Amino acid sequence: MWAIYCRELRSYFTTPIGYVFAGMFLAVSGALFSATVLLQADTSMMSMYFLSLMFVFAILIPLLTMKLFADERRTKSEQILLTAPISLGAMVIAKFLSALTVFAAVLGVNSFNFYLLYIYGNPSLSYIFLNVLTLFLIGAAFIAVGVFISSLTESQLNAAIGSMGLIVVILLLGVLVNSIPVEWMRSIIRWFSFIDRYATMSSGILDLSAVVYFISFTAVFLFLTVRVYEKRRWS
Amino acid sequence: MIEIIDVYKNFGDKQAVKGVTFNVEEGEIMGFLGPNGAGKTTTLNILTGYLSASSGTCRIDGVDILENPVEAKRKIGFLPEQPPLYVDMTVKEYLSFVYQLKKCSLPKDAHLKEVCEVVKITDVFNRKIKNLSKGYRQRVGIAQALIGNPKVLIFDEPTVGLDPKQIIEIRNLIRVLGKQHTVILSTHILPEVQAVCDRIVVINKGEIVANERTQDLINAVDGSRKLVAKIVGPENDVLKAVKALPGVKYAEVLGKRDTDSTSYLIESEDKIDIRKPLFALIARNGWYLIGLEGMELNLEDIFIRLTEKRKEKEIRKTVKRVRKAGEE
Repeated sequence: MWAIYCRELRSYFTTPIGYVFAGMFLAVSGALFSATVLLQADTSMMSMYFLSLMFVFAILIPLLTMKLFADERRTKSEQILLTAPISLGAMVIAKFLSALTVFAAVLGVNSFNFYLLYIYGNPSLSYIFLNVLTLFLIGAAFIAVGVFISSLTESQLNAAIGSMGLIVVILLLGVLVNSIPVEWMRSIIRWFSFIDRYATMSSGILDLSAVVYFISFTAVFLFLTVRVYEKRRWS
Repeated sequence: MIEIIDVYKNFGDKQAVKGVTFNVEEGEIMGFLGPNGAGKTTTLNILTGYLSASSGTCRIDGVDILENPVEAKRKIGFLPEQPPLYVDMTVKEYLSFVYQLKKCSLPKDAHLKEVCEVVKITDVFNRKIKNLSKGYRQRVGIAQALIGNPKVLIFDEPTVGLDPKQIIEIRNLIRVLGKQHTVILSTHILPEVQAVCDRIVVINKGEIVANERTQDLINAVDGSRKLVAKIVGPENDVLKAVKALPGVKYAEVLGKRDTDSTSYLIESEDKIDIRKPLFALIARNGWYLIGLEGMELNLEDIFIRLTEKRKEKEIRKTVKRVRKAGEE
């Protein structure tokens, strides 16, 4: 597992993908932060910044995950992993963790933005911390979605577009839910909605049910990825 | 060492492998022979745990590949049809990765060095795999299989796409490896298994059609010999005389290849060499023998012999009948 993790992590930086992801993320995030917080000189707009970052994830996270399985399937190099003495679960988790590591590192670097706030004001540390934690959990869930979609196809492009589509749908559910006239449907969708879950956390309250939800969501998609590989083996 | 018992594999409606059963003993080099699409790769993929069989059992050194995949895979070094390489890595990085992946416990540097020396890739150790030629990539693929010194080595068509010199080198390498490992060599090239293997298992359309020692198989299907002779002389007389020659089982005119000579296909009885009497016959009649070559036994012959003997006889009878009718 360690071997696959290291290889994947390394390959992010021997190919342009890691740099493109980090560069675009930091640039877009910096611009958003300036526009919503710094230029407004108003930290109450922070939640707007975090919310828009989630939509940035929808575009950028598929860049991290698209190659994980699709490319190996195309070049048939996956055969070495699938005939090596390791379990499917370990293989999927190693690849997931490699993408998560890059994401977490970039998110960490991005947190220097908040340092600026301390120079000019006195923002709530717990508020910022909770928001970054939520972003991390949501990012992990989206990476799991990307990992799953990547395992379904041989084409990196299809994997990227598919993941973007699914992530956008997941996010939009929370936006469009209000226009659904049926009450019980609204409440079911709200329960699943990332944005609704995020709303509680973003107000600075640690919502354990949301934390458990995001982690379970991630686990379900990783499990589905393992199932994809098992199914391919049997069919 | 390797047991495959009654393995079936269905892809949707298509049955790719139908009840394949064979054993490979320890230290044996087994040739797994069959035409393209016969089920060789599928069988090997099942054996290595890449695919699961629809039914049946595979055991490596007594360990079931489905019940205990991790332990069974530890005993196998596998070179798939397309070497599973990460082309953005150097040979050194790639082999170190495989070393880690297989959780190898041998001393790393010494082991990698030894493997590279065996497959002769020491000179490209620090080069990126994407810059290597096909022959070298194939060797890196073999090196990958050797990491961890597994008991069983499985090579799926290792010489496809290589030039003749490389093919000979890879064959020699497999022969050397066979001294210390149990090897399955899958191929559709007959001389390859003849040159390297102790035993041959032949698969056709998903079924095993032969499982014998190499020499026995060759003898069984090569008992009678086929020759192509180019003779200058009156066609009908020559054919009649050749057919009358003791030991000749069958003869026919293949056609005029150039202006004055005619080619004949001559098949002799089992284990009789008719070349000398044939030459004497031609000399006696004042004809000229300007070419004589043995027809090499090829895979098609083996399949015709093994699976379609009846059909061949029928075809031959039909040809005779048509000829007789023509003559009348």
